[in-house]
Amino acid sequence: MEDRPPTIHDGHSIDLQLVDLTKSFGEHRALDGVSLSIAAGECVAIVGESGSGKTTMLRCINRLIDPDSGRVTINGHDVRDESVIALRRSLGYVPQDGGLMPHWRVLRNVSLVPWLASMPDADERAMAALKTVGFNPSEVASRWPHELSGGQRQRVAMARALAAGQSCLLLDEPFGALDAITRADLQNAFIKIREESRFTAILVTHDLREAMSLGDRVAVMYRGKIEQVASPGDLRRNPSTPYVSKLLAYAESGRQ
Amino acid sequence: MMRRLLAALPAIVCVVSAAGAQARAGQREVVVASKPFGESFILAEMFAQVLESKGFRVSRRPGMGATEVAFAALRTNGIDVYPEYTGTGLIAILHAEPATDPSAVFGRVSSEFARRFKVRWLPPLGFENTYAIAVRRQTADQYKLKTLSDLASVSSRLSAGLTADFIGRKDGLPGLQSAYGLAFRQVRPLAQAVKYQALATGAVDVIDGYSTDGLIARYNLVVLTDDRHFFPPYEAAALVSPRMQTDMPGAIAALTELSGRIDVSSMRKLNARLEVGGEPVERIARSELETLGLVGNGRTTTEVGTGRESFAQYMWNSRGPLASALERHVLLVLVAVIAGILIAVPLGLSLEQMPRAAEPLIRAVGVLQTIPSIALLAFMVPLIGVGVWPALVALWLYSLYPIVRTTYSGVRDADPQAVYAARALGMTAGQILRYVRLPLAAPSILAGIRTAAVIAVGTATLAAFIGAGGLGEPIATGLALADTRLILSGALPAAALALVVDALLGLVETATTPAPLRHAKAERNRD
Repeated sequence: MEDRPPTIHDGHSIDLQLVDLTKSFGEHRALDGVSLSIAAGECVAIVGESGSGKTTMLRCINRLIDPDSGRVTINGHDVRDESVIALRRSLGYVPQDGGLMPHWRVLRNVSLVPWLASMPDADERAMAALKTVGFNPSEVASRWPHELSGGQRQRVAMARALAAGQSCLLLDEPFGALDAITRADLQNAFIKIREESRFTAILVTHDLREAMSLGDRVAVMYRGKIEQVASPGDLRRNPSTPYVSKLLAYAESGRQ
Repeated sequence: MMRRLLAALPAIVCVVSAAGAQARAGQREVVVASKPFGESFILAEMFAQVLESKGFRVSRRPGMGATEVAFAALRTNGIDVYPEYTGTGLIAILHAEPATDPSAVFGRVSSEFARRFKVRWLPPLGFENTYAIAVRRQTADQYKLKTLSDLASVSSRLSAGLTADFIGRKDGLPGLQSAYGLAFRQVRPLAQAVKYQALATGAVDVIDGYSTDGLIARYNLVVLTDDRHFFPPYEAAALVSPRMQTDMPGAIAALTELSGRIDVSSMRKLNARLEVGGEPVERIARSELETLGLVGNGRTTTEVGTGRESFAQYMWNSRGPLASALERHVLLVLVAVIAGILIAVPLGLSLEQMPRAAEPLIRAVGVLQTIPSIALLAFMVPLIGVGVWPALVALWLYSLYPIVRTTYSGVRDADPQAVYAARALGMTAGQILRYVRLPLAAPSILAGIRTAAVIAVGTATLAAFIGAGGLGEPIATGLALADTRLILSGALPAAALALVVDALLGLVETATTPAPLRHAKAERNRD
């Protein structure tokens, strides 16, 4: 198309820096000085209740929202120095409800970003991405989104986010709208996919248990600030604030 | 489908403008119009035939609006001549106090119209057509009624059925009440077309008619004498446009030959031939002009049935004029709705980018929809004149609201998650519009176009009142003549056309709805 193909990263994975981000919506301070480093190939799970700023933070990365102050860099480049369209095409995105185009078949949905970037092998890439997320590609390629189950739709959305060879995925509550069993299946599938293709991932969730099982590190957000960033084990052993302790207690009680 | 329509548009525009150009070429036509009632039809047809016998080319615009529409068209040279009444000119146009002396009234309207509008009254035709208050013969016998003074004394026992026009005008009921001290038991507003039946069947006891009405004789009614000379004189005369006075003195001379030649009894007979006998207007006018020695004898007009054949036969016999009326009707609707699409769809799409302006703007467009169609058409006359163009503009304005509304809401409400994902994955605003919003909004947009087209088919029937032709022409004429078959000969094809348009666009709507959206719709309906 008229836009250049992704240029921000050409290597296999990227690292992300969020530096002192602030963002207010009217009176509401959604981000209040948030800094976070994410290493190449790492999966960081952001956990917090609704209104804690976790989704706002995610959207600052691909500039669906621009912060009031602070900056985001990818491999050392400020995201605002690049074309916003090229930036978004270089980062995979998985929304909560899949966000598939209802009027396109699965193949067209998955090949969207390769097609936008004028890649000649868009369909082959889409078929490969469907295989990566565990589908039999030829079986599912010509189906309509409404013919799929909720879990299948989320996996298609994940394939779509990976089809152009994106090495960084932003996932906004990707399993939030699924029933418990499907959700567990998808979480396992996600872990398996990440073992195969070590992309960098930032995953937003309100479920601490999900964050602990999927994230290499977990960042707990509360009222626009990061309360604690730690590996799941460290977090469980050494909660650094009363809020984190409370969250852990709820998660433990929910297990029974 | 959309693309094919758009491709056809230049062709349609060419046809329309070619038709306009053709009319302008060569010697100018005299545009002869009439108001929508029988006597006006007959007089206008006599004007037209007199002019044709002198070699003028004539274009006929029968049954135009009411006084305001016809006069506005004349003043702005949209039409050249139509029959009018001096009393109407005095009261309805000059808004002057009623007067009683015929020659004084004529002198007054002549000088005032020339000064203010450059419009000329030709010398009167020779008869007056004033209001006539009529009762059934047995009512007259029972109460010994001869004059309006007699009526006043028993009026509290009688109920009156009067035209809305008469109830409101100061030379109508209000003036009559104070001049004679009338007070009816009940006053019901009745349409011209049903007044006589209402009186004959006893639903009302008194009606207002015209002194030259052909139906007075048919229903054996008694016209009460205006013994206090309350009603102003309504002398009939040709009213001539400013342009015709400068362009065509010959045509004016030809029309003046009719002055003083038609008396009240012959006019009443002519009206009866039309309203009671159902004779075609052309034949009535020709035979009268032959009697007066104003047109050559011998050429008999084409045989048209006298109105006794079956409705199917009647429709079949009128197929020629009906086909051209239908063609004109379709053209009006097609051009107006396509022009509506060209403005309203881009407008609806761009409003999606400025949601704050959207609602106020759409509501402003919606206000247009609340203007009664006949009023909107009448507004067009002083601005654009009469004929096809003002009708197109009015129909176009009506088509905007449904299309803007559904385009905007369709695009705005297009699957928000899909639109959001499209943005997050790096589609440009233009790509989102073209590949996501528009396809998802297509069914909604088409539903709006479908509504607009069906409304346009209905509204276009009113375009006949400003001389645009179409299927409204037989309806308007039929209403004026209380001729049900004539009304139906326009109304039935118009209704059929609306159904056909609705069905066709329904098919287009289904065809452009992406399969999964059809599924989603069915799903929703099932719940």
